[in-house]
Amino acid sequence: MSTILPSAKTETRPNYLNVDYGWKSWLFTTDHKRIALLYLFSITAFFFVGGAFAVCMRLNLLTPEGLFAHDTYNKLFTMHGIIMVFFFLVPSIPATLGNFLVPIMVGARDLAFPRINLLSWYLYIIGGVIALTAIVQGGVDTGWTFYAPFSSTYSNTHVILTALGVFVAGFSSILTGLNFIVTIHTMRAPGMTWSRLPLFVWGHYATSLIQVLGTPVIAITLVLLGLERILHAGIFDPAVGGDPVLFQHLFWFYSHPAVYIMILPGMAVISEVVTCFSRKAIFGYTFVAISSIAIAVLGFLVWGHHLFVAGQSMYASMVFSFLSFMVAVPSAIKVFNWTATMYKGSVSYETPMLYAFGFIGLFTIGGLTGLFLATMAIDVHVTDTYFVIAHFHYVMVGGMVMAYLGGIHFWFPKISGRMYPEGWAKFAALVVFVGFNLTFFPQFILGYQGMPRRYAHYPPEFQVLNVMSTAGASILAVGYLIPMIYLAWAWRKGPKAPQNPWNAKGLEWEQSPTPPPTFNFEHQPVVTEPAYNYSGEEQEVELG
Amino acid sequence: MADSDATMAVHEPGLRHHFDDSAQQLDSSTLGMWVFLVTEVMFFGGMFGAYTVYRSMYPEAFASTSHFMNVTIGAINTGVLIFSSFTMVMAVRSAQLGQKKAIIAFLVLTLILGCVFLTLKYVEYHEKWVDHHIPGPGFQYQDPRYVHQAQILFFLYFAMTGMHALHMIVGVGLLTTLIVMAARNRFTAAWYTPVEMIGLYWHFVDIVWIFLFPLLYLIGHTK
Repeated sequence: MSTILPSAKTETRPNYLNVDYGWKSWLFTTDHKRIALLYLFSITAFFFVGGAFAVCMRLNLLTPEGLFAHDTYNKLFTMHGIIMVFFFLVPSIPATLGNFLVPIMVGARDLAFPRINLLSWYLYIIGGVIALTAIVQGGVDTGWTFYAPFSSTYSNTHVILTALGVFVAGFSSILTGLNFIVTIHTMRAPGMTWSRLPLFVWGHYATSLIQVLGTPVIAITLVLLGLERILHAGIFDPAVGGDPVLFQHLFWFYSHPAVYIMILPGMAVISEVVTCFSRKAIFGYTFVAISSIAIAVLGFLVWGHHLFVAGQSMYASMVFSFLSFMVAVPSAIKVFNWTATMYKGSVSYETPMLYAFGFIGLFTIGGLTGLFLATMAIDVHVTDTYFVIAHFHYVMVGGMVMAYLGGIHFWFPKISGRMYPEGWAKFAALVVFVGFNLTFFPQFILGYQGMPRRYAHYPPEFQVLNVMSTAGASILAVGYLIPMIYLAWAWRKGPKAPQNPWNAKGLEWEQSPTPPPTFNFEHQPVVTEPAYNYSGEEQEVELG
Repeated sequence: MADSDATMAVHEPGLRHHFDDSAQQLDSSTLGMWVFLVTEVMFFGGMFGAYTVYRSMYPEAFASTSHFMNVTIGAINTGVLIFSSFTMVMAVRSAQLGQKKAIIAFLVLTLILGCVFLTLKYVEYHEKWVDHHIPGPGFQYQDPRYVHQAQILFFLYFAMTGMHALHMIVGVGLLTTLIVMAARNRFTAAWYTPVEMIGLYWHFVDIVWIFLFPLLYLIGHTK
């Protein structure tokens, strides 16, 4: 390799990446952009750990007799769930893209509490290391739901250590949410009114509300669970007067809203991407913004639909069923408004837009099958079957992971200052879409036919669909590996990105250099137009 | 660049570089503290919820346990905490007026009251230990009808007062930090945000106790 001439560097302005290179400048940074990258690398690692468990599960389900012992399989699905939910999905978009973009999008120099932001990453890592320790020690087999009294009394696996890891990581989530709420309230640039906030920021505001209000409840629930396990005294164990349904209520009081933590940021990304690649302002800005808040609020009132068959009062179930249908309204508003945005727009098909298409279609399937599950009578038939698995993977993987990948591609030039290879990226998006559907669509049929979740064995007549699902999972795995490779390559060798490669609207593209300097802007940003003013004439934006 | 440099060049005490001015920073700190307290309300709320459920399931058992609660110590501790809230308010007031000696005096007083509370709490816990009222294999209850149900009450008693005591201990640590900062002249009439924020925290912890005392000690006591 030839030596690089100094002249080649003349164009490089100081930015957040090249101000300092030492490891201390990363591990002790308070720059929200660097913390976002710390999160990006750590959650990617956890994604592959959780993915490895999924691979083992799909291999096990290739044949009716299975590969692993029942106890091992119980641990596999438990650890897949815990890693993916608490260490990948919950922090995925908020802690990476949200951390990077929310301050820039509102025109601030950093989040309100930069040191708390760094603390949240350390808590995430500590929680993650504790959970990984539990895995290395032999794992846990309660299911990610930790249902008592199995978890509190009978399981002989590492419940307390795992719960401790989740507990600690929960505080990282709370701190991120707290930071976003305060930043969005107090740090907006001149002219950045609430009605001009990008929908990405609205989505993260709604997410933060859930993180702040819900996470403490799972924290105290896990404390009570741990105390019961340590003291051998009943609080959830019915053998000594406790109420196991209370555990389920407390658990789902967080964990149902938490599934909106795992979708609202995805919706936030899609709102940005769809409007940019339709070259058109979002249809019904106010409705899309308010629907995020509506989802967050309604999301706190529907947890009982997880307890339809758990002995919950029938009348409570009816109310929860009705409220669950209500959540479909703001979700549908979003889907309709995205499609209306594309209608008569100048749509182009760059990679982020492909992921957005995937998101809209798959989220719609995931959302509509959610209505099946909210219907009490149908839920009795499909409770704890693969129908449920397929439903929430359509939302979590088909929705959130698609949006995450779309967002990573959309803002990759902003984050790295380089362009990714468009051809490979489109190919990978296609592979992910095909692999995903082949993996999870058969599971709807399996579930409807009665294959229960969390079983290591199944009757031979289910084998064809299970083989399809496993084949799809291997395609999906390839689809996730390809972006890893070309994004890592593009980070070093990709062509330099212009400041605004998509000609997108928003402070992060129009007024902040690419990649941004440590304080994000070279001049105090001023907002003079509504969000997504794609149709408006060129506005006089001061760039100096 | 010139703009932001000019803003940063004006040295306001305690102002961090990413804020425009002290007013924005104070807004952020205050909102952040309130949001944090909301998370604390939800944290304790989970246990209050569990308490409500079990109290409505086992009202007689829960009423019978109140005979084993030390109402005298509980009442004294309630008084101690209410008074400590007053001294905390006075510390904030002194900070507003920039009276360094008064800040330290009131903070030390608050700290002492916090320690008095914790000491009395220890005495109570010790009584429970002696009476075999600690939930677990060694748990014993005088009324054989209610052994399991009373154990749940004591479980919640220890979880709730234990979490509260943990928050008190953290509060004592924070007060110590404030006293050191005050002694080093860090606070002025223009900037005393930490005193105010930790004051909010201290009041929150006191209010939790105001709810715990009647629920755990008083309900059913006269029966």
